[in-house]
Amino acid sequence: MRVNFTVNGRPQEADDVWEGESLLYVLRERLGLPGSKNACEQGECGSCTVRLDGVPVCSCLVAAGQAEGREVVTVEGLAEYARERAGGTPAQDSGLAPIQQAFLDAGAVQCGFCTPGLLVAADEMLERNPTPSDADIREALSGNLCRCTGYEKIMDAVRLAAARQSEGV
Amino acid sequence: MDFLRPASWEEALAAKAEHPTAVPIAGGTDVMVEINFDHRRPEYLMDLNRVGELAEWEVGEETVRLGASVPYTRIMDHLRAELPGLALAAHTVASPQIRNRGGVGGNLGTASPAGDAHPALLAAGAEVEVVSVRGTRMIPVDAFYTGVKRNALAPDELIRAVHIRKADGPQQFAKVGTRNAMVIAVCAFGLALHPETRTVRTGIGSAAPTPVRATAAEEFLNAALEEGGFWDSGKVVTPSVAKRFAQLCSAACNPIDDVRGTASYRRHAIGVLARRTLTWTWESYRTAERKGGVA
Ligand SMILES: Cc1cc2nc3c(=O)[nH]c(=O)nc-3n(C[C@H](O)[C@H](O)[C@H](O)COP(=O)(O)OP(=O)(O)OC[C@H]3O[C@@H](n4cnc5c(N)ncnc54)[C@H](O)[C@@H]3O)c2cc1C
Ligand code: FES
Ligand code: FES
Repeated sequence: MRVNFTVNGRPQEADDVWEGESLLYVLRERLGLPGSKNACEQGECGSCTVRLDGVPVCSCLVAAGQAEGREVVTVEGLAEYARERAGGTPAQDSGLAPIQQAFLDAGAVQCGFCTPGLLVAADEMLERNPTPSDADIREALSGNLCRCTGYEKIMDAVRLAAARQSEGV
Repeated sequence: MDFLRPASWEEALAAKAEHPTAVPIAGGTDVMVEINFDHRRPEYLMDLNRVGELAEWEVGEETVRLGASVPYTRIMDHLRAELPGLALAAHTVASPQIRNRGGVGGNLGTASPAGDAHPALLAAGAEVEVVSVRGTRMIPVDAFYTGVKRNALAPDELIRAVHIRKADGPQQFAKVGTRNAMVIAVCAFGLALHPETRTVRTGIGSAAPTPVRATAAEEFLNAALEEGGFWDSGKVVTPSVAKRFAQLCSAACNPIDDVRGTASYRRHAIGVLARRTLTWTWESYRTAERKGGVA
Protein backbone atom coordinates (compact mmCIF):
# COMPACT_ATOMS: atom_id res chain seq x y z
CA MET A 1 0.00 0.00 0.00
CA ARG A 2 0.94 3.63 -0.26
CA VAL A 3 1.31 5.89 2.77
CA ASN A 4 1.31 9.68 2.63
CA PHE A 5 2.38 11.66 5.64
CA THR A 6 4.50 14.61 6.69
CA VAL A 7 7.98 14.02 8.01
CA ASN A 8 9.96 16.90 9.48
CA GLY A 9 7.70 19.37 7.75
CA ARG A 10 7.91 17.81 4.29
CA PRO A 11 5.20 15.73 2.61
CA GLN A 12 6.42 12.20 2.01
CA GLU A 13 5.05 9.29 0.07
CA ALA A 14 6.10 5.72 0.74
CA ASP A 15 5.21 3.06 -1.79
CA ASP A 16 4.90 -0.73 -1.62
CA VAL A 17 4.53 -0.58 2.13
CA TRP A 18 3.63 -3.95 3.62
CA GLU A 19 0.42 -3.63 5.67
CA GLY A 20 2.07 -4.93 8.84
CA GLU A 21 5.12 -2.70 8.52
CA SER A 22 6.04 -0.31 11.31
CA LEU A 23 6.49 3.43 10.97
CA LEU A 24 10.10 2.87 12.08
CA TYR A 25 10.77 0.58 9.13
CA VAL A 26 9.24 3.04 6.69
CA LEU A 27 11.33 5.90 8.06
CA ARG A 28 14.58 3.96 7.99
CA GLU A 29 14.28 1.70 4.99
CA ARG A 30 11.95 3.55 2.63
CA LEU A 31 12.54 7.23 3.37
CA GLY A 32 16.27 7.10 4.07
CA LEU A 33 15.97 8.50 7.60
CA PRO A 34 18.08 6.15 9.71
CA GLY A 35 18.31 8.52 12.70
CA SER A 36 15.56 6.67 14.57
CA LYS A 37 17.21 3.47 15.73
CA ASN A 38 15.90 -0.05 15.73
CA ALA A 39 17.07 -1.93 18.80
CA CYS A 40 14.23 -4.02 20.16
CA GLU A 41 11.11 -3.62 18.02
CA GLN A 42 8.99 -4.17 21.12
CA GLY A 43 8.69 -0.80 22.80
CA GLU A 44 11.24 -1.54 25.49
CA CYS A 45 14.17 0.69 24.59
CA GLY A 46 12.83 3.97 23.18
CA SER A 47 15.63 4.30 20.62
CA CYS A 48 12.96 4.61 17.89
CA THR A 49 11.14 7.50 19.61
CA VAL A 50 9.60 10.04 17.22
CA ARG A 51 6.81 12.57 17.60
CA LEU A 52 3.50 11.67 16.01
CA ASP A 53 1.30 14.77 15.83
CA GLY A 54 3.55 16.17 18.55
CA VAL A 55 3.31 13.18 20.89
CA PRO A 56 6.39 11.04 21.66
CA VAL A 57 5.78 7.43 20.62
CA CYS A 58 7.78 4.33 19.82
CA SER A 59 7.73 4.30 16.02
CA CYS A 60 8.33 0.53 16.06
CA LEU A 61 4.83 0.11 17.54
CA VAL A 62 2.97 2.39 15.12
CA ALA A 63 1.67 0.63 12.03
CA ALA A 64 2.81 2.58 8.97
CA GLY A 65 -0.80 2.92 7.81
CA GLN A 66 -1.70 4.61 11.09
CA ALA A 67 0.63 7.49 10.17
CA GLU A 68 -1.39 8.31 7.05
CA GLY A 69 -2.05 12.05 6.89
CA ARG A 70 -0.23 12.72 10.13
CA GLU A 71 2.88 14.66 11.10
CA VAL A 72 6.04 12.95 12.22
CA VAL A 73 9.18 14.58 13.62
CA THR A 74 12.34 12.51 13.81
CA VAL A 75 15.76 13.36 15.22
CA GLU A 76 16.76 14.51 11.73
CA GLY A 77 14.18 17.30 11.98
CA LEU A 78 14.76 18.19 15.60
CA ALA A 79 16.99 21.22 15.04
CA GLU A 80 14.54 22.76 12.60
CA TYR A 81 11.63 21.93 14.91
CA ALA A 82 13.37 23.58 17.86
CA ARG A 83 14.24 26.60 15.75
CA GLU A 84 10.61 27.12 14.71
CA ARG A 85 9.42 26.67 18.26
CA ALA A 86 11.85 29.38 19.35
CA GLY A 87 10.17 31.74 16.89
CA GLY A 88 12.57 31.23 14.02
CA THR A 89 15.69 32.40 15.76
CA PRO A 90 18.64 30.86 13.94
CA ALA A 91 19.85 27.52 15.21
CA GLN A 92 23.11 27.48 17.13
CA ASP A 93 26.21 27.96 15.02
CA SER A 94 26.48 24.22 14.93
CA GLY A 95 23.04 23.89 13.36
CA LEU A 96 22.00 21.70 16.25
CA ALA A 97 18.97 21.91 18.51
CA PRO A 98 19.82 23.15 22.02
CA ILE A 99 19.20 19.69 23.45
CA GLN A 100 21.64 18.19 20.92
CA GLN A 101 24.29 20.75 21.80
CA ALA A 102 23.77 20.07 25.50
CA PHE A 103 24.25 16.31 24.97
CA LEU A 104 27.57 17.01 23.24
CA ASP A 105 28.71 19.54 25.82
CA ALA A 106 27.82 17.28 28.76
CA GLY A 107 29.44 14.21 27.24
CA ALA A 108 26.13 12.36 27.22
CA VAL A 109 26.87 10.46 24.02
CA GLN A 110 28.98 7.32 24.00
CA CYS A 111 28.08 4.74 21.36
CA GLY A 112 25.16 6.99 20.43
CA PHE A 113 22.63 4.32 19.71
CA CYS A 114 20.18 5.53 22.35
CA THR A 115 20.81 9.21 21.64
CA PRO A 116 18.21 9.98 18.94
CA GLY A 117 15.37 8.62 21.03
CA LEU A 118 16.58 10.39 24.15
CA LEU A 119 16.91 13.67 22.26
CA VAL A 120 13.35 13.50 20.95
CA ALA A 121 11.95 12.55 24.37
CA ALA A 122 14.01 15.13 26.27
CA ASP A 123 13.20 17.91 23.80
CA GLU A 124 9.49 17.23 24.17
CA MET A 125 9.73 17.29 27.96
CA LEU A 126 11.51 20.66 27.92
CA GLU A 127 8.80 22.02 25.65
CA ARG A 128 6.11 20.96 28.17
CA ASN A 129 8.08 21.56 31.33
CA PRO A 130 10.86 24.16 31.00
CA THR A 131 11.98 23.80 34.63
CA PRO A 132 11.98 20.07 35.29
CA SER A 133 13.04 18.53 38.59
CA ASP A 134 15.38 15.54 38.49
CA ALA A 135 12.36 13.34 39.14
CA ASP A 136 10.57 14.89 36.14
CA ILE A 137 13.59 14.18 33.93
CA ARG A 138 13.87 10.59 35.10
CA GLU A 139 10.17 10.05 34.55
CA ALA A 140 10.21 11.60 31.06
CA LEU A 141 13.18 9.48 30.04
CA SER A 142 12.06 6.28 31.75
CA GLY A 143 11.15 4.74 28.39
CA ASN A 144 14.66 5.17 26.97
CA LEU A 145 17.42 2.70 27.73
CA CYS A 146 21.14 3.45 27.51
CA ARG A 147 23.68 0.68 27.89
CA CYS A 148 26.74 2.95 27.99
CA THR A 149 26.51 6.11 30.01
CA GLY A 150 24.93 5.10 33.29
CA TYR A 151 22.52 8.00 32.71
CA GLU A 152 24.33 10.56 34.89
CA LYS A 153 25.72 12.51 31.93
CA ILE A 154 22.33 12.32 30.27
CA MET A 155 20.81 13.90 33.37
CA ASP A 156 23.55 16.56 33.24
CA ALA A 157 22.76 17.24 29.59
CA VAL A 158 19.07 17.74 30.19
CA ARG A 159 19.71 19.97 33.21
CA LEU A 160 22.14 21.98 31.07
CA ALA A 161 19.62 22.38 28.26
CA ALA A 162 16.95 23.44 30.75
CA ALA A 163 19.27 25.99 32.34
CA ARG A 164 20.31 27.43 28.98
CA GLN A 165 16.69 27.55 27.88
CA SER A 166 15.65 29.52 30.95
CA GLU A 167 18.58 31.92 30.51
CA GLY A 168 17.55 32.35 26.90
CA VAL A 169 20.99 31.29 25.67
CA MET B 1 -2.61 -8.69 4.67
CA ASP B 2 -5.15 -5.91 4.15
CA PHE B 3 -5.16 -2.65 6.03
CA LEU B 4 -8.67 -1.43 6.84
CA ARG B 5 -9.05 2.20 7.69
CA PRO B 6 -12.60 2.96 8.79
CA ALA B 7 -13.24 6.69 9.09
CA SER B 8 -16.18 6.37 11.48
CA TRP B 9 -17.54 4.07 14.17
CA GLU B 10 -20.32 2.84 11.85
CA GLU B 11 -17.73 1.99 9.20
CA ALA B 12 -15.64 0.16 11.77
CA LEU B 13 -18.62 -1.95 12.89
CA ALA B 14 -19.53 -2.73 9.29
CA ALA B 15 -15.95 -3.72 8.49
CA LYS B 16 -15.74 -5.98 11.56
CA ALA B 17 -19.05 -7.64 10.56
CA GLU B 18 -17.79 -8.23 7.05
CA HIS B 19 -14.33 -9.40 8.19
CA PRO B 20 -14.73 -11.00 11.63
CA THR B 21 -11.07 -12.11 11.59
CA ALA B 22 -9.89 -8.51 11.28
CA VAL B 23 -7.57 -7.54 14.13
CA PRO B 24 -8.32 -4.06 15.47
CA ILE B 25 -5.28 -1.92 16.19
CA ALA B 26 -5.55 1.09 18.51
CA GLY B 27 -2.31 2.09 20.22
CA GLY B 28 -0.63 -0.94 18.69
CA THR B 29 1.48 -1.54 21.78
CA ASP B 30 0.36 -5.17 21.96
CA VAL B 31 -0.53 -5.84 18.31
CA MET B 32 2.66 -4.45 16.76
CA VAL B 33 4.91 -6.45 19.06
CA GLU B 34 3.19 -9.60 17.83
CA ILE B 35 3.48 -8.57 14.19
CA ASN B 36 7.11 -7.43 14.50
CA PHE B 37 8.04 -10.82 15.95
CA ASP B 38 5.91 -12.72 13.48
CA HIS B 39 3.72 -14.18 16.21
CA ARG B 40 0.69 -12.94 14.39
CA ARG B 41 -0.09 -12.50 10.70
CA PRO B 42 -3.67 -11.28 10.59
CA GLU B 43 -5.47 -11.33 7.29
CA TYR B 44 -6.84 -7.88 8.05
CA LEU B 45 -5.48 -5.16 10.29
CA MET B 46 -8.09 -2.56 11.18
CA ASP B 47 -6.89 0.86 12.31
CA LEU B 48 -9.13 2.47 14.93
CA ASN B 49 -7.16 5.72 15.22
CA ARG B 50 -9.39 7.51 12.75
CA VAL B 51 -12.50 6.88 14.84
CA GLY B 52 -12.31 10.07 16.89
CA GLU B 53 -14.94 9.27 19.52
CA LEU B 54 -12.95 6.26 20.74
CA ALA B 55 -10.36 8.71 22.11
CA GLU B 56 -12.95 10.79 23.98
CA TRP B 57 -14.58 10.46 27.40
CA GLU B 58 -17.71 11.77 29.07
CA VAL B 59 -18.05 12.36 32.79
CA GLY B 60 -21.64 11.57 33.81
CA GLU B 61 -23.53 11.60 37.13
CA GLU B 62 -22.49 8.13 38.24
CA THR B 63 -19.95 6.91 35.74
CA VAL B 64 -17.24 7.96 33.34
CA ARG B 65 -17.77 6.66 29.83
CA LEU B 66 -14.16 6.15 28.79
CA GLY B 67 -13.63 5.69 25.05
CA ALA B 68 -11.75 2.48 24.23
CA SER B 69 -8.65 4.22 22.89
CA VAL B 70 -8.21 7.07 25.36
CA PRO B 71 -4.46 6.82 26.04
CA TYR B 72 -3.24 6.19 29.59
CA THR B 73 -1.53 9.59 29.62
CA ARG B 74 -4.92 11.26 29.23
CA ILE B 75 -6.41 9.24 32.06
CA MET B 76 -3.53 10.30 34.33
CA ASP B 77 -3.81 13.95 33.33
CA HIS B 78 -7.57 14.41 33.22
CA LEU B 79 -9.41 11.73 35.18
CA ARG B 80 -7.44 11.42 38.41
CA ALA B 81 -10.30 12.82 40.51
CA GLU B 82 -13.03 10.63 39.01
CA LEU B 83 -10.96 7.47 38.50
CA PRO B 84 -8.09 7.59 41.01
CA GLY B 85 -7.44 3.84 40.99
CA LEU B 86 -7.27 3.65 37.23
CA ALA B 87 -5.07 6.77 37.07
CA LEU B 88 -2.62 5.17 39.52
CA ALA B 89 -2.63 1.94 37.53
CA ALA B 90 -2.16 3.84 34.26
CA HIS B 91 0.92 5.54 35.68
CA THR B 92 2.57 2.15 36.26
CA VAL B 93 2.13 1.02 32.65
CA ALA B 94 5.43 0.78 30.75
CA SER B 95 6.81 4.21 29.82
CA PRO B 96 5.61 7.63 28.64
CA GLN B 97 5.87 6.58 24.98
CA ILE B 98 3.70 3.51 25.58
CA ARG B 99 1.24 5.41 27.77
CA ASN B 100 0.85 8.00 25.01
CA ARG B 101 -0.50 5.27 22.71
CA GLY B 102 -1.93 2.41 24.73
CA GLY B 103 -5.31 2.47 26.44
CA VAL B 104 -7.91 0.50 28.31
CA GLY B 105 -9.66 -0.87 25.20
CA GLY B 106 -6.43 -2.53 24.13
CA ASN B 107 -5.76 -3.80 27.65
CA LEU B 108 -9.24 -5.41 27.62
CA GLY B 109 -8.74 -6.70 24.08
CA THR B 110 -5.54 -8.46 25.10
CA ALA B 111 -7.10 -9.51 28.43
CA SER B 112 -3.73 -10.50 29.87
CA PRO B 113 -3.98 -11.43 33.54
CA ALA B 114 -1.09 -8.97 34.00
CA GLY B 115 -2.91 -6.01 32.41
CA ASP B 116 -2.74 -3.15 34.87
CA ALA B 117 -6.13 -1.61 34.12
CA HIS B 118 -8.00 -4.73 35.22
CA PRO B 119 -7.54 -4.61 39.02
CA ALA B 120 -8.53 -0.94 38.99
CA LEU B 121 -11.64 -1.60 36.87
CA LEU B 122 -12.67 -4.53 39.05
CA ALA B 123 -12.25 -2.50 42.24
CA ALA B 124 -14.04 0.60 40.97
CA GLY B 125 -16.85 -1.33 39.31
CA ALA B 126 -17.18 -1.10 35.55
CA GLU B 127 -19.11 -2.30 32.53
CA VAL B 128 -17.68 -2.81 29.07
CA GLU B 129 -19.78 -1.36 26.24
CA VAL B 130 -19.45 -3.84 23.43
CA VAL B 131 -21.01 -3.13 20.04
CA SER B 132 -21.60 -4.88 16.74
CA VAL B 133 -23.95 -4.26 13.84
CA ARG B 134 -26.31 -6.53 15.78
CA GLY B 135 -26.51 -4.16 18.72
CA THR B 136 -24.93 -3.18 22.03
CA ARG B 137 -24.12 -5.30 25.09
CA MET B 138 -23.09 -4.00 28.49
CA ILE B 139 -20.81 -6.61 30.05
CA PRO B 140 -19.88 -6.29 33.74
CA VAL B 141 -16.10 -6.25 33.79
CA ASP B 142 -16.07 -9.23 36.19
CA ALA B 143 -17.65 -11.31 33.42
CA PHE B 144 -15.50 -9.91 30.62
CA TYR B 145 -12.40 -12.02 31.32
CA THR B 146 -13.11 -15.59 30.28
CA GLY B 147 -9.68 -17.23 30.34
CA VAL B 148 -5.96 -16.59 29.92
CA LYS B 149 -5.88 -13.82 27.31
CA ARG B 150 -9.50 -14.52 26.42
CA ASN B 151 -12.45 -12.21 26.69
CA ALA B 152 -16.18 -12.17 26.09
CA LEU B 153 -16.05 -10.42 22.70
CA ALA B 154 -17.82 -12.12 19.78
CA PRO B 155 -15.88 -12.07 16.49
CA ASP B 156 -17.96 -9.23 15.06
CA GLU B 157 -17.85 -7.08 18.19
CA LEU B 158 -15.73 -4.08 19.12
CA ILE B 159 -15.26 -2.30 22.42
CA ARG B 160 -16.77 1.15 22.22
CA ALA B 161 -16.11 2.30 25.79
CA VAL B 162 -15.85 1.32 29.42
CA HIS B 163 -18.34 2.75 31.90
CA ILE B 164 -16.49 3.11 35.18
CA ARG B 165 -18.16 4.09 38.44
CA LYS B 166 -16.88 7.46 39.62
CA ALA B 167 -14.97 7.18 42.87
CA ASP B 168 -17.06 7.86 45.97
CA GLY B 169 -14.12 7.18 48.28
CA PRO B 170 -10.38 6.54 48.31
CA GLN B 171 -8.88 4.06 45.83
CA GLN B 172 -5.42 2.51 45.59
CA PHE B 173 -3.41 0.41 43.19
CA ALA B 174 -0.15 -1.36 43.98
CA LYS B 175 2.06 -3.49 41.79
CA VAL B 176 5.07 -5.70 42.44
CA GLY B 177 7.89 -5.55 39.90
CA THR B 178 11.64 -5.25 39.65
CA ARG B 179 11.71 -1.52 39.03
CA ASN B 180 9.34 1.38 38.46
CA ALA B 181 9.27 1.73 34.69
CA MET B 182 8.65 -0.84 32.01
CA VAL B 183 7.58 -3.61 34.30
CA ILE B 184 5.02 -6.31 33.71
CA ALA B 185 3.40 -6.96 37.06
CA VAL B 186 4.61 -9.92 39.10
CA CYS B 187 1.28 -9.30 40.74
CA ALA B 188 -0.94 -6.29 41.33
CA PHE B 189 -3.78 -5.28 43.59
CA GLY B 190 -6.51 -2.66 43.34
CA LEU B 191 -8.74 -1.59 46.21
CA ALA B 192 -11.64 0.86 46.31
CA LEU B 193 -13.63 2.01 49.31
CA HIS B 194 -17.23 2.82 48.48
CA PRO B 195 -18.51 4.80 51.50
CA GLU B 196 -21.87 5.47 49.83
CA THR B 197 -22.75 1.79 49.84
CA ARG B 198 -20.38 0.99 52.70
CA THR B 199 -18.65 -1.62 50.65
CA VAL B 200 -15.10 -2.43 49.62
CA ARG B 201 -14.14 -3.86 46.23
CA THR B 202 -10.90 -5.46 45.13
CA GLY B 203 -9.10 -6.51 41.98
CA ILE B 204 -6.18 -8.93 41.70
CA GLY B 205 -3.81 -8.93 38.73
CA SER B 206 -1.27 -11.52 37.59
CA ALA B 207 -2.13 -14.04 40.27
CA ALA B 208 -4.79 -16.16 38.54
CA PRO B 209 -5.60 -17.16 34.94
CA THR B 210 -7.73 -14.01 34.69
CA PRO B 211 -7.98 -10.81 36.67
CA VAL B 212 -10.27 -11.58 39.62
CA ARG B 213 -11.96 -10.02 42.61
CA ALA B 214 -11.33 -11.40 46.07
CA THR B 215 -15.04 -11.74 46.80
CA ALA B 216 -14.75 -13.70 50.04
CA ALA B 217 -12.30 -11.11 51.34
CA GLU B 218 -14.66 -8.29 50.33
CA GLU B 219 -17.60 -9.96 52.12
CA PHE B 220 -15.56 -10.54 55.24
CA LEU B 221 -14.33 -6.93 55.35
CA ASN B 222 -17.75 -5.46 54.55
CA ALA B 223 -19.26 -7.37 57.47
CA ALA B 224 -16.40 -6.58 59.85
CA LEU B 225 -16.51 -2.85 59.07
CA GLU B 226 -20.28 -2.75 59.42
CA GLU B 227 -20.41 -4.73 62.66
CA GLY B 228 -17.64 -2.71 64.25
CA GLY B 229 -19.25 0.59 63.24
CA PHE B 230 -16.03 1.59 61.49
CA TRP B 231 -17.68 3.64 58.74
CA ASP B 232 -19.28 5.93 61.31
CA SER B 233 -16.52 6.05 63.90
CA GLY B 234 -13.69 6.29 61.38
CA LYS B 235 -11.48 4.40 63.81
CA VAL B 236 -8.40 2.46 62.75
CA VAL B 237 -9.11 -0.97 61.24
CA THR B 238 -8.27 -3.62 63.82
CA PRO B 239 -5.01 -5.40 62.92
CA SER B 240 -6.70 -8.81 63.18
CA VAL B 241 -9.33 -7.68 60.64
CA ALA B 242 -6.68 -6.38 58.24
CA LYS B 243 -4.74 -9.61 58.64
CA ARG B 244 -7.76 -11.81 57.94
CA PHE B 245 -8.62 -9.65 54.90
CA ALA B 246 -5.07 -10.10 53.60
CA GLN B 247 -5.26 -13.88 54.09
CA LEU B 248 -8.54 -14.09 52.20
CA CYS B 249 -7.08 -12.01 49.34
CA SER B 250 -4.13 -14.42 49.15
CA ALA B 251 -6.59 -17.29 49.13
CA ALA B 252 -8.41 -15.77 46.13
CA CYS B 253 -5.25 -16.20 44.04
CA ASN B 254 -4.66 -19.14 41.77
CA PRO B 255 -1.20 -18.27 40.52
CA ILE B 256 1.47 -20.06 38.53
CA ASP B 257 5.26 -20.21 38.73
CA ASP B 258 6.88 -18.30 35.90
CA VAL B 259 9.99 -16.26 35.11
CA ARG B 260 8.63 -13.28 37.00
CA GLY B 261 7.87 -15.07 40.25
CA THR B 262 6.69 -18.23 41.95
CA ALA B 263 3.09 -19.01 42.81
CA SER B 264 3.79 -18.92 46.53
CA TYR B 265 5.55 -15.56 46.28
CA ARG B 266 2.58 -14.13 44.38
CA ARG B 267 0.13 -15.41 46.98
CA HIS B 268 2.24 -13.90 49.73
CA ALA B 269 2.74 -10.59 47.94
CA ILE B 270 -0.98 -10.17 47.24
CA GLY B 271 -1.61 -10.45 50.97
CA VAL B 272 0.97 -7.75 51.64
CA LEU B 273 -0.47 -5.45 48.96
CA ALA B 274 -4.00 -6.04 50.24
CA ARG B 275 -3.07 -5.04 53.78
CA ARG B 276 -1.10 -2.03 52.56
CA THR B 277 -3.76 -0.68 50.23
CA LEU B 278 -6.40 -1.18 52.93
CA THR B 279 -4.29 0.84 55.35
CA TRP B 280 -3.68 3.61 52.81
CA THR B 281 -7.27 3.95 51.68
CA TRP B 282 -8.70 3.67 55.18
CA GLU B 283 -6.29 6.37 56.40
CA SER B 284 -7.52 8.72 53.65
CA TYR B 285 -11.12 7.90 54.52
CA ARG B 286 -10.52 8.59 58.23
CA THR B 287 -8.71 11.84 57.50
CA ALA B 288 -11.54 13.02 55.26
CA GLU B 289 -14.12 11.99 57.86
CA ARG B 290 -12.32 13.87 60.60
CA LYS B 291 -12.27 16.97 58.43
CA GLY B 292 -16.00 16.55 58.23
CA GLY B 293 -16.13 16.02 54.50
CA VAL B 294 -16.99 12.98 52.45
CA ALA B 295 -13.91 11.26 51.11
C1 LIG C 1 7.29 -2.28 26.31
C2 LIG C 1 5.88 -2.56 26.74
C3 LIG C 1 5.56 -2.51 28.07
C4 LIG C 1 4.25 -2.77 28.49
N1 LIG C 1 3.97 -2.67 29.81
C5 LIG C 1 2.70 -2.84 30.23
C6 LIG C 1 2.38 -2.68 31.61
O1 LIG C 1 3.23 -2.33 32.43
N2 LIG C 1 1.08 -2.90 31.98
C7 LIG C 1 0.13 -3.26 31.08
O2 LIG C 1 -1.03 -3.43 31.47
N3 LIG C 1 0.41 -3.42 29.78
C8 LIG C 1 1.67 -3.23 29.34
N4 LIG C 1 1.96 -3.38 28.00
C9 LIG C 1 0.92 -3.86 27.10
C10 LIG C 1 0.10 -2.79 26.38
O3 LIG C 1 0.75 -1.55 26.36
C11 LIG C 1 -1.28 -2.62 27.01
O4 LIG C 1 -1.97 -3.85 27.02
C12 LIG C 1 -2.13 -1.56 26.30
O5 LIG C 1 -3.25 -1.26 27.12
C13 LIG C 1 -2.63 -1.99 24.94
O6 LIG C 1 -3.37 -0.93 24.38
P1 LIG C 1 -3.25 -0.57 22.81
O7 LIG C 1 -4.24 0.47 22.50
O8 LIG C 1 -1.86 -0.29 22.45
O9 LIG C 1 -3.69 -1.98 22.19
P2 LIG C 1 -3.47 -2.62 20.76
O10 LIG C 1 -2.14 -3.22 20.66
O11 LIG C 1 -3.88 -1.67 19.70
O12 LIG C 1 -4.57 -3.77 20.86
C14 LIG C 1 -4.48 -4.79 21.84
C15 LIG C 1 -5.58 -5.83 21.62
O13 LIG C 1 -6.87 -5.27 21.82
C16 LIG C 1 -7.63 -5.33 20.64
N5 LIG C 1 -8.39 -4.07 20.56
C17 LIG C 1 -7.89 -2.80 20.64
N6 LIG C 1 -8.91 -1.91 20.62
C18 LIG C 1 -10.05 -2.63 20.52
C19 LIG C 1 -11.44 -2.27 20.45
N7 LIG C 1 -11.86 -0.98 20.50
N8 LIG C 1 -12.36 -3.26 20.35
C20 LIG C 1 -11.95 -4.57 20.33
N9 LIG C 1 -10.67 -4.96 20.40
C21 LIG C 1 -9.73 -4.00 20.49
C22 LIG C 1 -6.64 -5.55 19.52
O14 LIG C 1 -7.19 -6.20 18.42
C23 LIG C 1 -5.59 -6.40 20.21
O15 LIG C 1 -6.01 -7.71 20.27
C24 LIG C 1 3.25 -3.11 27.56
C25 LIG C 1 3.58 -3.14 26.20
C26 LIG C 1 4.87 -2.86 25.78
C27 LIG C 1 5.20 -2.88 24.33
S1 FES D 1 13.04 -0.18 18.78
FE1 FES D 1 11.19 0.75 19.33
S2 FES D 1 11.31 0.79 21.47
FE2 FES D 1 13.09 -0.35 20.95
S1 FES E 1 25.36 5.85 24.49
FE1 FES E 1 25.44 3.76 24.02
S2 FES E 1 23.41 3.13 24.47
FE2 FES E 1 23.45 5.11 25.22
